[in-house]
Amino acid sequence: MIGSDLMVALPEVMLAVLATALLMFGVFRGNQVAPTILMLSVVSLVLVLAVLLLRPSDQGGAFGGLFVADGFAVFMKTLVLIGSAVAMLMSLRYLERAQALRFEYPVLMLFATLGMLMMISAEDLMSLYLGLELQSLALYVIAAFRRDNLRSTEAGLKYFVLGALSSGMLLYGASMIYGFTGTTSFQALASVFAEISVAGEAPSLGVVVGLVFLIAGLAFKVSAVPFHMWTPDVYEGAPTPVTAFFATAPKVAAMALFVRVIMGPFGEFVGQWQQILVFIAIASMVLGALAAINQTNIKRLMAYSSIGHVGYSLVGLAAGTEAGVHGVIVYMAIYLVMNMGTFACILCMRRKDVMVEGIDDLRGLSKSNPMMALVLAIFMFSMAGIPPLAGFFGKLYVFMAAIDAGLYTLAVIGVLSSVVGAFYYLRIVKLMYFDEPSEAFDQPIGGEMVLILTASGAAILLFFVVPGPLLDSAATAAAVLFAG
Amino acid sequence: MSSWPILSLVTFLPLAGVAFILFIRGEPDLVARNARYVALWTSLITFVLSLSLWFGFDRGTAAFQFTEYAEWMPDLGISYSMGVDGISVLFVLLSTLLTPICVIASWDAVKVRVKEYMIAFLVLETLMVGMFCALDFMVFYVFFEGVLIPMFLIIGIWGGERRVYAAFKFFLYTLTGSVLLLLALLAMYFEAGTTDIPTLLAYDFPPAMQTWLWLAFFASFAVKVPMWPVHTWLPDAHVEAPTAGSVILAGVLLKMGGYGFLRFSLPMLPDASVFFTPFVFTLSIVAIVYTSLVALAQEDMKKLIAYSSVAHMGFVTLGTFTVTQQGVEGALFQMLSHGVVSAALFLIVGVVYDRMHTRLIARYGGLVERMPAYALSFMIFMLASVGLPGTSGFVGEFLVLVGAFQISTWAALLAASGMILGAAYMLYLYRRVVFGVLSKTDLKSILDLNRREVVVFAPLLALVFWMGIFPMSFLDVFSATVANLIADHDSALAASGGSSVWAAQWAALWPAQ
Repeated sequence: MIGSDLMVALPEVMLAVLATALLMFGVFRGNQVAPTILMLSVVSLVLVLAVLLLRPSDQGGAFGGLFVADGFAVFMKTLVLIGSAVAMLMSLRYLERAQALRFEYPVLMLFATLGMLMMISAEDLMSLYLGLELQSLALYVIAAFRRDNLRSTEAGLKYFVLGALSSGMLLYGASMIYGFTGTTSFQALASVFAEISVAGEAPSLGVVVGLVFLIAGLAFKVSAVPFHMWTPDVYEGAPTPVTAFFATAPKVAAMALFVRVIMGPFGEFVGQWQQILVFIAIASMVLGALAAINQTNIKRLMAYSSIGHVGYSLVGLAAGTEAGVHGVIVYMAIYLVMNMGTFACILCMRRKDVMVEGIDDLRGLSKSNPMMALVLAIFMFSMAGIPPLAGFFGKLYVFMAAIDAGLYTLAVIGVLSSVVGAFYYLRIVKLMYFDEPSEAFDQPIGGEMVLILTASGAAILLFFVVPGPLLDSAATAAAVLFAG
Repeated sequence: MSSWPILSLVTFLPLAGVAFILFIRGEPDLVARNARYVALWTSLITFVLSLSLWFGFDRGTAAFQFTEYAEWMPDLGISYSMGVDGISVLFVLLSTLLTPICVIASWDAVKVRVKEYMIAFLVLETLMVGMFCALDFMVFYVFFEGVLIPMFLIIGIWGGERRVYAAFKFFLYTLTGSVLLLLALLAMYFEAGTTDIPTLLAYDFPPAMQTWLWLAFFASFAVKVPMWPVHTWLPDAHVEAPTAGSVILAGVLLKMGGYGFLRFSLPMLPDASVFFTPFVFTLSIVAIVYTSLVALAQEDMKKLIAYSSVAHMGFVTLGTFTVTQQGVEGALFQMLSHGVVSAALFLIVGVVYDRMHTRLIARYGGLVERMPAYALSFMIFMLASVGLPGTSGFVGEFLVLVGAFQISTWAALLAASGMILGAAYMLYLYRRVVFGVLSKTDLKSILDLNRREVVVFAPLLALVFWMGIFPMSFLDVFSATVANLIADHDSALAASGGSSVWAAQWAALWPAQ
């Protein structure tokens, strides 16, 4: 029944309708309504989030098994929607100042978000690809949104070319899997593989090759080593609010997709993919830690930092257990908040109405703007994984899963690279607190920024007081994937 | 026994002071003064509160007292669980005592960012006290590693010339050790199914696993103690840290390592501890002898005392791993004594540093002529550090040597030679700084201790003599716990087969090909 199918996908349908309506509104009224459209887009995201959270979390499958709305999806979608809404809110002033506020911007972000929601709910290789491409195409455009800016267009083009390559790999992998199993549905794949493993056989080589290509494509989307090369350039080149967006919502969505694909149909074949994921995780953690040391541009630094963080959350996935998935979910939730807050700080780095991006510009921030320095220091210590800040608990959960799964080498390399990583996070704290101030940043930073900074800073600092709600709902979300 | 959550109060009361300080607004001078007073009163009230532990503590039992319990992360079975026994209770008192002293000592010395400074110290106090009180390994770890943040800032913001280097070295060194501890903690959690310390203390870990856990613990605690050869962060950190930072560093933070050995390594991993005892002995003796020699050659007063700390902490690790009543009690006593004496010595250096802004020994000489009270206090603390009978330093070192003698004559002999070297470098330091001719012109107008400084030193002087003349009042506190610890250790060893321990441990380290 198409009616009930649409009801299952109600949040997505709503978002699609709202985005289209806002697009029409913009087309007919022109660019002067762009700020209104941006605010309305934020409202739309909040509405969709409300619908998502207010109805029962388990809606079952729809569209003949292409789509699924379960507890895992609800949790990850919540993160994505929050991330998108915050990124959009942070964009407003930046775009107005840069005189780049066009109504297409929020609309494209809405479509990208729609793509992410589709990705999270994909239950079939076809819908997976559909969601992924909808997201990616919108992201390519907003990366190049400042089309008169050389770096922005370069970032967009680079992202597009490499993204298309990875989509190709993913598609190739999907077609191999289809060719050797005769199905694209996750559930059908799962039962095919279950039969094989019950019979005690290894999967056919074609399926393994397909899986490797699939993982490569997904690794590109989460920017894990060795498919990370685009990340620093795109992060640096794209307009800062767009970078903030890239670093949050799409990462969460891609990681959710990764988890669903790996743990769903391929869950039986831990032995086949575990070594790949262990390698990717180690490579990402180590490269993220080492390559960031020499960076002078804060956006580039954040790019390497995000590569590292993806490595840590992949540690949980590599464990291949329910505890591991729990770890991934907790990690991504905390990562999202830390990154939103950090990018809010980066967006406040303005002097005389010009954005500055060097980490040296943070020199002496603790004197010129103590509150912002405090918040940023909280995020930096949290990203370094120092208790009692939230980032520590994210790492705790993924390493717990790794130890439980017997991946001792992975865990040891992981914690040691987190020490190396701590160095460059500390360097930012050092610049802010130990050095003498350079010129102060522009004040005021704007009400929405104060709100975002306060909320995310408080969430990270005080997470340890009441960790229960997040940990419990993440546990429920993780359990969904292992129910069947 | 009491319905008051006294440990939580002592732990988190300083945070209330932090909240107050955060709300102070107005003129910079006014803010600084108010911040000082709030910090002083908060830490004093905390100290007075913590005294109820001293009076209420039941000295006859080895059980954990003043226990508290609350759910924290119930899905993992990790709970907020607090309690103290004979091993930890005095460290709590040491932390609460040193914090107000640090606040007073920094009264005039710290002029920039006073508000932040006081906040850092109060947060540090919460973390230190919480660490000693924690009865859940995860809670312990959170406090243990959380200490790095305020200490990093204290060294880095208010430190000396090379403060950035020292702060980074301190942070990264200790973090490297701690993360391995975290992994060991997780492995223990999956083995025993809990992070509850009393349960873990009773759990028998498989001998093969103990080896690796022990090494991971060692990586963390040895850096904290610090043991030779991972001690190199300490001189840097001490030299660059502000006076009060050095006081806390030497007084309390180093004890976290010794406490870790006593609380975790020794009782939880008895087989591995026996196996690694010669290793620890060797490192301890190298620490005692080598760093004493290094101290002899120092030209910077703070660096000299920092190296002497390494040597004194060598006695602590030596005593701990003798696993005899005298040795362990001596180690505990030595930690407390060192907490008081080295803290006092750093304050002593701070007094002249505040006046002359140099720590070079060569820049001083003949201070006794202008500063008799100072010279007297310096002498008492110096002699306590040397271990003169009648002062606190003697009791700890003597007990450790008695313990060591029962295990290995050679270890005792070499450690005792460290005492002689200790006397050499301390007396040499004292002679160069205090005696001699007052020839430097800028020293001719130097002033003796003022009232504030007398207030700082008076309680420490009293403690040095109290601990030295009547040590039983302190030994009583931990003797029951130590006896219990040793009995448990012996019975665990007997259960796992006594002499076969060695073979099992070797097999774990070098699996048969």
